[in-house]
Formats: sequence, C-alpha cells, structure tokens
Amino acid sequence: MSMDIPYIVDERPDTGLTNGKLGIWLFLASEVMLFGALFSTYIILRMGAPEWPHGELNVWLGMANTFILIGSSVTMVMAWASLKLGEWGKHRVYLALTVLLSVAFLVNKYFEYSHHWALGELPSKSTFLAIYFTLTGLHGIHILGGIVVMLYFLGPGAKMYKTNPGQFTNRIEYTGLYWHFVDLVWIFLFPVLYLL
Amino acid sequence: MHSDQESIRKSIKTYWMVGAALFVFTGITVAVNQVHLAVPLAITVALIIATMKGSMVASIFMHLSHEKKWIYGALILTVIGFIILMAVPSLTINDGIGTPIRVAAPASEHAGH
Repeated sequence: MSMDIPYIVDERPDTGLTNGKLGIWLFLASEVMLFGALFSTYIILRMGAPEWPHGELNVWLGMANTFILIGSSVTMVMAWASLKLGEWGKHRVYLALTVLLSVAFLVNKYFEYSHHWALGELPSKSTFLAIYFTLTGLHGIHILGGIVVMLYFLGPGAKMYKTNPGQFTNRIEYTGLYWHFVDLVWIFLFPVLYLL
Repeated sequence: MHSDQESIRKSIKTYWMVGAALFVFTGITVAVNQVHLAVPLAITVALIIATMKGSMVASIFMHLSHEKKWIYGALILTVIGFIILMAVPSLTINDGIGTPIRVAAPASEHAGH
C-alpha cells in the first residue's frame, strides 16, 4: 500500500489547490497576525510616548535595504518562472542571486546594529529602540530562515528536480510566497521606523 | 502546458515592470520624506505609498490577482483579525479600564444624618 502524501503535485478536486499551497497560505496568515500584533504594539507605544525620536536611523541604509529586498523578490519570482519554463540553469542563477541579495540585506543590517551598539543605543535605552530592535530583529530572523531554505534548494534539495520536477517547482513557489511576504513586511517597516 | 508556458513568458515582463515600479515608489517615499511635511500628512502619504507597494507585491509576485477562493477565504479571515489588532490601540484611549468608579451612596445613609 502506498503511503505517499496526496495532492503535493496535483490539485485537490474540492479546493483546487495543492495541500502545500493551502498550508503555506495558512502559515502566512499566522505571520500576518504575528507582525500585526507588533505593529499594534508600536502604535500603542508611540501614542503613549510624550515624544518620539526622529532621525535616529540612517534613512539611506534603510532605503538601500528596501532596494535589495525588492530586487530579491524579483529574482525569486524569476527563479520560479524559469523552472516553469524548464530553464534549470536560469533557475539556479536567479535563486543564487536571491540568496546573495538576502545576505547583503543582513550584512547591511549588521552594520546598522553594530553602529547602534557602539553608541550604546541598546533596546533598554528607549521605547523607540526597544520596538525597533524587536521588529527588525524578528524580520531579520525571517530573512535568515529564508536563506536556509533557499540554500537547501540550491544544495541537497535540488536533487528532487530529477525525480519529481513538479513537486520541486511547487516547493520553489511556496518558498517564493514566503519570501515575498518577508519583502512585504519590510515595505511597511521601512517608512514606519526610518521615516515617520 | 504550451499555453501555460506562454502565459509565464508574458508574466515575466510584468514581474520586471512591477520590480521597477517598486523601486520608483521607494524613491518617491524617501523624496517626500525630505520635504518635511507635517507629521499627520507625512504618515498618511508614507502609508498610502507603502500600501500601494504591498498590493503590487501581493497581487503580482504572490499571484493573488488570480487565486482560488479558498485562499481568498483564509485571507478575508486574516484581514478581519488584522483590523481588530489595529483597532486595539484605540481601546487604550477610549476605554475606562483603570478609571476609579464612583458609586453614589445609598439614599438611606443620607437620611440617617
């Protein structure tokens, strides 16, 4: 008797979706609530603060990271589109580019964090710094998680393409959905923390 | 399969165009910030642009512009939950939690004095 997990390549007749796709969207829904709770916390803290600092963060570094993440979203969707077109080589290049851009984002963030650390601007120093480190730290962990998954698909996970290309393509699509969500969160974090 | 590949080829052009538009909108956000608008106006403008950028990412890169109804169903529930979360801060202003409640003394006590 076969014990294969059903509907990982073909869509379920009732939902019209693969189980993996519905699963990743439910996971992203929970992520919306996680970041939503923190954005709500930010609003409460900001409304309750007698004054809110401006110009604490380097806008140009934040803008550079926004460009980097948007670029990585484009390369990620191109990695999936290349697979759909059967262009394995292009897929590998685009996925590797996405990893490189993600690492560049974290390196940039490292320089920002170390600058704050050097000035003694720790989370305990002010409400603004506490929520800044919480939001960007959690977002950074998501970036790191995405890098680990993408490296797996560039390395040992790539073997699946030979045995089950449909399932591999779907896995890249789910990785992409997660990655675009991480980009989407940053699109809101950038103005909220760096500009307003 | 062939028509599927054809639609992917058409989408690729859209992906690059949306990427370019997101770059432009990011530049506009920073440029507007350099003008030093009043805080309420600055917040409104920045959040409108961020919402436009987020919508582009969700609808084009995440293919939400043509998804199945089960995904939309899950997302509608998420949006409702998100709106409730965003409304929570207003409760901290408008509620009476922590405010002492003054109960009027019974009429019989007044009569005795």
